[in-house]
Amino acid sequence: MATVELRRIEKKYPNGYQAVREVSIEIADGEFLVLVGPSGCGKSTTLRMVAGLEAISGGEIAIDGRVVNDLEPGDRDIAMVFQNYALYPHMTVADNMAFGLKMRKVPRAEIERRVEEAAEILAIGPLLTRRPRELSGGQRQRVALGRAIVREPKVFLFDEPLSNLDAKLRVQTRAEIARLHRRLASTVIYVTHDQVEAMTLGDRIAVMNQGVVQQIAPPLEIYRRPANRFVAAFVGSPAMNFFPGQIADGVFETACGRKLPLREPAGLPDGPAVLGVRPEDFRVVTGGEEAAFLEVALDVVEHMGPETMAHFRVDGQDHVVRLDAAAAAQPGDAVSLGVQPEGLHLFAADDTGQRLN
Amino acid sequence: MKEPRLISLARHAVLIVFSAIAVYPALNVLSISLRPGNRLRSTDLAIIPADWTLASYVELFTEQPFLTWLGNSLLVSGLVTLTGVALASIAGYAFSRYSFTGRRAMMLAILTTQMFPATMLLLPLYILIARLGLVNTYLGLLVFYTSTALPFCVWQMKGFYDTIPASLEEAARIDGCSRAAAFWRVILPLAAPGLVITALFSFMTAWSEYIVAAQVMQDEAMFTLPLGIKGFQASLSSQWGLYAAASLLVSVPVVILFLSLSRYLVSGLTLGSVKE
Ligand SMILES: Nc1ncnc2c1ncn2[C@@H]1O[C@H](COP(=O)(O)OP(=O)(O)OP(=O)(O)O)[C@@H](O)[C@H]1O
Ligand SMILES: [Mg+2]
Repeated sequence: MATVELRRIEKKYPNGYQAVREVSIEIADGEFLVLVGPSGCGKSTTLRMVAGLEAISGGEIAIDGRVVNDLEPGDRDIAMVFQNYALYPHMTVADNMAFGLKMRKVPRAEIERRVEEAAEILAIGPLLTRRPRELSGGQRQRVALGRAIVREPKVFLFDEPLSNLDAKLRVQTRAEIARLHRRLASTVIYVTHDQVEAMTLGDRIAVMNQGVVQQIAPPLEIYRRPANRFVAAFVGSPAMNFFPGQIADGVFETACGRKLPLREPAGLPDGPAVLGVRPEDFRVVTGGEEAAFLEVALDVVEHMGPETMAHFRVDGQDHVVRLDAAAAAQPGDAVSLGVQPEGLHLFAADDTGQRLN
Repeated sequence: MKEPRLISLARHAVLIVFSAIAVYPALNVLSISLRPGNRLRSTDLAIIPADWTLASYVELFTEQPFLTWLGNSLLVSGLVTLTGVALASIAGYAFSRYSFTGRRAMMLAILTTQMFPATMLLLPLYILIARLGLVNTYLGLLVFYTSTALPFCVWQMKGFYDTIPASLEEAARIDGCSRAAAFWRVILPLAAPGLVITALFSFMTAWSEYIVAAQVMQDEAMFTLPLGIKGFQASLSSQWGLYAAASLLVSVPVVILFLSLSRYLVSGLTLGSVKE
């Protein structure tokens, strides 16, 4: 168990590409930190620098307070689960799991004990004598987990461990990883581009884009108070709806002239801004009680069962609202929409897209 | 879909003709080696002549230095194989995994050596060997053969390593291996089929080589098999029976080698290690 500190780390690849910029993250002992972001944002690069598989171009990485920049991967006391599992094909499952312990000259009896224990936790006991090629994808993934567990490392590193599994297995294994983390109480850095994995597994989530950390916060805070427009758009499915416009006199006015009074206008600068509303934060307004923000005609209506997602267009932009399934909305229905006060996000209209409220 | 009869017939006819062309010389040699006396030509069409005899084979082992030549050939080819495998396995790995200045240029240079006919390199290599004082030594042949076989072997091993996912070594390094240990314990065992091909190629390069050996070796006691056998084919009186018998025996070790190594030639050893 250990803390991990990334202090302003940088990565510049030999071809000159700057993949990671000044990333600083402090990971507490036993914390499950998820690195999430779109493809190519530098998640794997960051993780591989922690692992020691990629040289660090700038900054420091400390595990348990000790700077590990110049340590070999094998000396950092970490274990890593790869996206493609990377099991040794010429070894049995048992040997795959034992390999790291053998390299560390752990006594034989101890190796056997740990391999057996891990096999039991992961229910792969009957597979111990098989070769990786004789396993299904899900079984290989469990062996890869087992190989990490037996090491009892200070830190577990995961690089998209579930992305090669089918949807059902992914959900199961996700729960398994959560269970393992609770049981082992170990420090974990987990890379994924899947926001559901990020939301469900992480104690905290670090959202990255183009090599820069955009926000680090617990999952719900990321969801409820995204620090900028990128995070707001990246987290949540269907994605947040954005309306460009102006703030003036405590009222937000979209480009096409729809007005939304702001409940707490204090501190908001007048001028261009972007309003963000999640699909579930619209509410249907039925006459009288307040002026509707939007009057729209539903376009495509998707009945998901517990809820209904309805698309509509404003200013040529596609937007989505979540409706009560009981309302049995149909394409073509006219609906008046207001916005829940706590579901109102305002962002700067410039490139930074910083949160304003 | 079933293929029309005519096409099927034509296909088989072509294959049979080419098989016959391939097999005929070998059978002919067998036939000559079994004939009594020294008959190269014969009106007899039988593969095994009616008056067959093993006299040529017996003479090879009893009256000719065949065993010495065999020993020399095995020594030289064995050493070439060892050197080739050792060097190609390391060099190929470096080309496959490390990026260093001059990597591309070196690979192109290696490839370029393969574009010249081997005989063109004969003179410069001979001068090199003469300068090194290696004429009429096994070491001279070893240098010669290794340097001709190695370029192909390095390329071949590089190609093989390229198919082994880098994440395997990374996993090994995280498991506590140094780079060298990861290579030795994880990558090399997986490269076995590549090593076998490299070994076979190196061996064959040396085993049946004649022209270079004829330049480097002068002492009959140090002849390799092809050199010795060529001696039976003198300008006035060729000993065709001995020549044929020895030729057949030369191919025996190669056949044994191929058969015993063929199971390693199957690819797919890395199957199941990673998911693509
Ligand atoms: N060896 C390399 N040399 C040069 N550039 C690289 C190298 N490896 C990665 N990159 C670049 O660095 C950036 C970050 O790569 P990285 O693998 O960290 O992305 P990622 O966030 O893990 O993406 P994904 O979700 O697709 O795995 C990418 O733009 C990639 O093209
Ligand atoms: Mg990645």
